[in-house]
Amino acid sequence: MTALTKIIEVEHLNFRYPQTEGRPALSDVNLAIEQGEWVAIIGHNGSGKSTLAKAIDGLLPLDKDSGTIRVAGITLTEDHVWDIRSKIGMVFQNPDNQFVGATVEDDVAFGLENIGLPRAEMQVRVHKALDRVRMTKFAQREPARLSGGQKQRVAIAGIIALQPQIIILDESTSMLDPNGRIEVLQTVRQLKDQENLTVLSITHDIDEAASANRIIVLDDGEIKESGRPAHIFQYGERLIEMGLDVPYAQRLTAALRRQGVTVPQQYFTEKELVDWLWTLHSKM
Amino acid sequence: MVMDITFQNVAYTYQADTPFESQALHDINLTIKSHSFTAIIGHTGSGKSTLVQHLNALLKPTSGQVKIGQRVITPETSNKNLKPLRRKVGMVFQFPENQLFEETVVKDIAFGPMNFGVSAADAQQTALAMLDLVGLPQNLAQRSPFDLSGGQMRRVAIAGVLAMEPEVLILDEPTAGLDPAGRREIMGMVAKLHQQQHLTVVLITHHMEDVANYADCVVVMENGTIAKVGKPSVVFQDVAWLQKQQLGVPETTAFALRLQKHGFKFAQLPLTETELAQALLPQLPQGMVARTHDE
Ligand SMILES: Nc1ncnc2c1ncn2[C@@H]1O[C@H](COP(=O)(O)OP(=O)(O)O)[C@@H](O)[C@H]1O
Ligand SMILES: Nc1ncnc2c1ncn2[C@@H]1O[C@H](COP(=O)(O)OP(=O)(O)O)[C@@H](O)[C@H]1O
Ligand SMILES: [Mg+2]
Ligand SMILES: [Mg+2]
Repeated sequence: MTALTKIIEVEHLNFRYPQTEGRPALSDVNLAIEQGEWVAIIGHNGSGKSTLAKAIDGLLPLDKDSGTIRVAGITLTEDHVWDIRSKIGMVFQNPDNQFVGATVEDDVAFGLENIGLPRAEMQVRVHKALDRVRMTKFAQREPARLSGGQKQRVAIAGIIALQPQIIILDESTSMLDPNGRIEVLQTVRQLKDQENLTVLSITHDIDEAASANRIIVLDDGEIKESGRPAHIFQYGERLIEMGLDVPYAQRLTAALRRQGVTVPQQYFTEKELVDWLWTLHSKM
Repeated sequence: MVMDITFQNVAYTYQADTPFESQALHDINLTIKSHSFTAIIGHTGSGKSTLVQHLNALLKPTSGQVKIGQRVITPETSNKNLKPLRRKVGMVFQFPENQLFEETVVKDIAFGPMNFGVSAADAQQTALAMLDLVGLPQNLAQRSPFDLSGGQMRRVAIAGVLAMEPEVLILDEPTAGLDPAGRREIMGMVAKLHQQQHLTVVLITHHMEDVANYADCVVVMENGTIAKVGKPSVVFQDVAWLQKQQLGVPETTAFALRLQKHGFKFAQLPLTETELAQALLPQLPQGMVARTHDE
């Protein structure tokens, strides 16, 4: 049962937006993601993160020279684009462009109507999805009248309701308040664990990146690095160029050094830093 | 010029007198001092955006009054003659780049002043000056705003508001959706405008680090009311309360609290890593600390 299945395989992916000069948006991207894995994709603005996500979802015009994309064993071609899209739920940064329903409830139901689900099951799924993003109270509201964070929770409910195998979050928690973000991430994690969902999260949020099994760093359309969060976080200040914040322990050690404190040049987690500090303090 | 803003018993109801009416603000009393940097925090839906839209009379109170400098806005205030006020109080909405529409950056920035009757030539000149103010290179002036990065587009939008030379600058989650580099740029720019142009700044944010680093007053909104208001150094002392509200505290404050449990002492919980590092110095063995004046 636990045999690893590669659910997303990208080989030698190249992509240039039509009528653009200069660097292509993606150059020779190779990547394999296991089913059930949570992978964070980071990189500065314009590094190609959204382009990669769109390519995987079959949203870009790829040709023979673009390389190969396989999702759940299906090779992406014009004929199979809908098979692939049905396995992927994509949540974008700005939910305003994603609303179609007159009420929150209709909006979440919209995708389900499209796949022809029986009405009774549809209602169950809609309510469950809304409950998971804490929006049940707003079921009858007009989406346009919600504040930004509330809108995004509805958009996420819409894709959760479709029960995809892969969920791609393209900076979709960046508009949420800290609670909303935690709750959405917990929701996604719970779904991931229960249904062996694979999560690809494009993010600038250090906590979201930290909760991934693996972080992939994109830079100017190329994969620069791939590794466990603790490994990637060793970059310290340079994480800013990679589109992430500097972890707090790193910021504090930098501030301590500025005050003249001798701090070892090693990577500290917050807990390790607390331990290091109080061990010193207890020797006074 | 003194532009204190005072809310007196302000309530606001959306879609009043309809079956859909919902009250977003209840009995708000608040003074925002001229030249201050006020941060507004609170959960999504707590009324932050509704509150700030009263600062330039985009919304008028359903009851109570808002005094903005010499102007008093009441439920009866007519929508006429609000232009001077809108000019003095500049509003940067959430995702302001969605409102860019001109074919060049400079035209977009000049749009506001021209709308207020400034000549095309003068507006153009102001627009170019605004590029410097928001830290954009002059060579972007003739580019399409849609070819810029998210952080750059946002700065163009902010430049458009600044071009009207407001005395009060309201920013509704100006860094939302930007990466940390973009956030640093925008916040650095806002801090500079506050310090050098002496603008009154009202900032809605979820980033407690930004509150700690820049604000001199913080307003905590909760369910359409003001739950707390004061200096960040005071409001953030009440970590238990903020956590109970499920609002964050600056990372430093949370970290200092952890250290406190391990025997470190703080007369007052620090808000920034520099403050914390300074507070730790005398609590670490002498040998660990280089005498900085040796350098
Ligand atoms: N529709 C488009 N047409 C032309 N160029 C684009 C388009 N979308 C993105 N690009 C360019 O492709 C590159 C990668 O963009 P994107 O994938 O959106 O980056 P990210 O999501 O990492 O910010 C950037 O240089 C961007 O300007
Ligand atoms: N245009 C509107 N019509 C009806 N209700 C609204 C409108 N805008 C906001 N609300 C409601 O008013 C309350 C406060 O919203 P808002 O001021 O946007 O909060 P915040 O900015 O703190 O997220 C919320 O319950 C929200 O749903
Ligand atoms: Mg993107
Ligand atoms: Mg708001």
